[in-house]
Amino acid sequence: MRNYGRLLEQEALPVVIGNTAIWVAGVVGLTILISLALAQLLDGAFPGRRLVRWALIVPWAASLIMTAKLFAWIYDYYFGLLNRLLTVTGVLARPVDWLGDDRTVMGAMIAVGVFVSLPFTTYVLLAGLQTIPGEVYEAARVDGASGWRAYRTVTLPLLRPALLVAAVLNLIYVFNSFPIVWTLNDRNPGFAHDTMITYMYKIAFKSALRDVGLAAALGVVNVGLILLAVTGYLRMVRWREEPV
Amino acid sequence: MAGRAGLNRRAALTAAGLLAAAVVLAPYGVMLLTALKPEAELRTTPPQLLPIDWRPQNFWTVVRDSDFRSWLQVSLVVAITSTALVVVAAVPAAYFTARHRFAGRTAFLFLVLVSQMFAPTALVVGLYREFFELGLINTYAALILVNAAFNLAFAIWILRAFFASIPREIEEAAAVDGCGPAGALWRVVLPVASPGIVTAAIFAFIAAWNEYIVALTLMTDAEMRPLTVGITSYVTAYVQHWDLLFAASVIAIVPVVVLFALIEPYLVGGLTAGSVK
Repeated sequence: MRNYGRLLEQEALPVVIGNTAIWVAGVVGLTILISLALAQLLDGAFPGRRLVRWALIVPWAASLIMTAKLFAWIYDYYFGLLNRLLTVTGVLARPVDWLGDDRTVMGAMIAVGVFVSLPFTTYVLLAGLQTIPGEVYEAARVDGASGWRAYRTVTLPLLRPALLVAAVLNLIYVFNSFPIVWTLNDRNPGFAHDTMITYMYKIAFKSALRDVGLAAALGVVNVGLILLAVTGYLRMVRWREEPV
Repeated sequence: MAGRAGLNRRAALTAAGLLAAAVVLAPYGVMLLTALKPEAELRTTPPQLLPIDWRPQNFWTVVRDSDFRSWLQVSLVVAITSTALVVVAAVPAAYFTARHRFAGRTAFLFLVLVSQMFAPTALVVGLYREFFELGLINTYAALILVNAAFNLAFAIWILRAFFASIPREIEEAAAVDGCGPAGALWRVVLPVASPGIVTAAIFAFIAAWNEYIVALTLMTDAEMRPLTVGITSYVTAYVQHWDLLFAASVIAIVPVVVLFALIEPYLVGGLTAGSVK
């Protein structure tokens, strides 16, 4: 129990909790918005759709640590292609130290988090879209609703179950995500850009503290937070046994 | 006129689709091109996209590296063994819960769902303590057990949906033909459910192949590291072999993308079975 008391005394804790909230809200929110557009795109029939679906698989199949290392290289201040691309096209006047500047590091990590979360989320939303029968849209068209209005009044409400699944599963995956923050925040000392998960890991195995007991207490807090999210999820989708 | 509007729409969709594919693939293109550069070209300013001097030999260097070979061996042993365990345990569990009602069935499925949501990350400190007490740090057994345990839930969840979609009449017909329940499962149900089993197995394999944090924690011995942990030693504070890091990554990623493409048709339905209704 003493470990829990000491946990509250850790100066870094409020910052870490704030980072975790920004990380989870940023990644999940942006992922769902972009995935909605991607799923809509892939639901339509066009030549090359297969290719797009295969392309979308790649970030899903690749190991997160390899993708994270790849972005660490692309974000590199001196040798990274992102700065080169942005300065050549005139978007930026001078290069930015994406992973070293306190103002950009969280945004840079969130961008990678979104990138790797898009495939799974798009596929879940696509599954949801494909359960909507075409007649519903025809009925909407007869009633004079089309385009954006049909999307808002017909598609989104029918997509609600898939959206809930995507939101809550992502909430859990992103909260638990380790390799991206671990890799991209590697250079920065202290805990200024850590989330609950990387903070826990540093307490246990890396920092001067080397305190497995304290980290285990934080681990229990993390599990509690996930359980809360899971319970919320099951309530929202009103989980029930399906008939055999 | 309607035809032309439809044609324009298709062209717009195709353009948007190709743009999306390009954006998704671009970083991995950088990975491949960097893997093909000689070491000296990694530190040119301004950085260039294409290698000047193409070095496919980098892949050969990685494949011949004895460290890489031992990481590859650990990854293969862990991923294959844990996948086999998952399939052997998940098939009967999923079949039984799909076909029978029993006391605690709801609770069982609930537990399966909840455990699916605990990525090992949150539990890794506890796992380390436990395996340390058991003296299993740096053993295949530790990594295989953790991977199998965490992938089992998802496999049961996917397979249950596949089994539930197989009509009971198939087994009844087999029974009329003189097949016992075990025979019916083996000869009739399993072949019909084989796409589901393949999907579940590939998922379990990829999850184990890509697992990082548990391996990072439990496999402290350099000899016992899997690929995900091992390749990071190509780039440290002392050595910066980005070319070899990315060559090794490409070797690790390509087979997994191929496996994933094989189960792509089942992704939409299989993944969300039971949750999207």
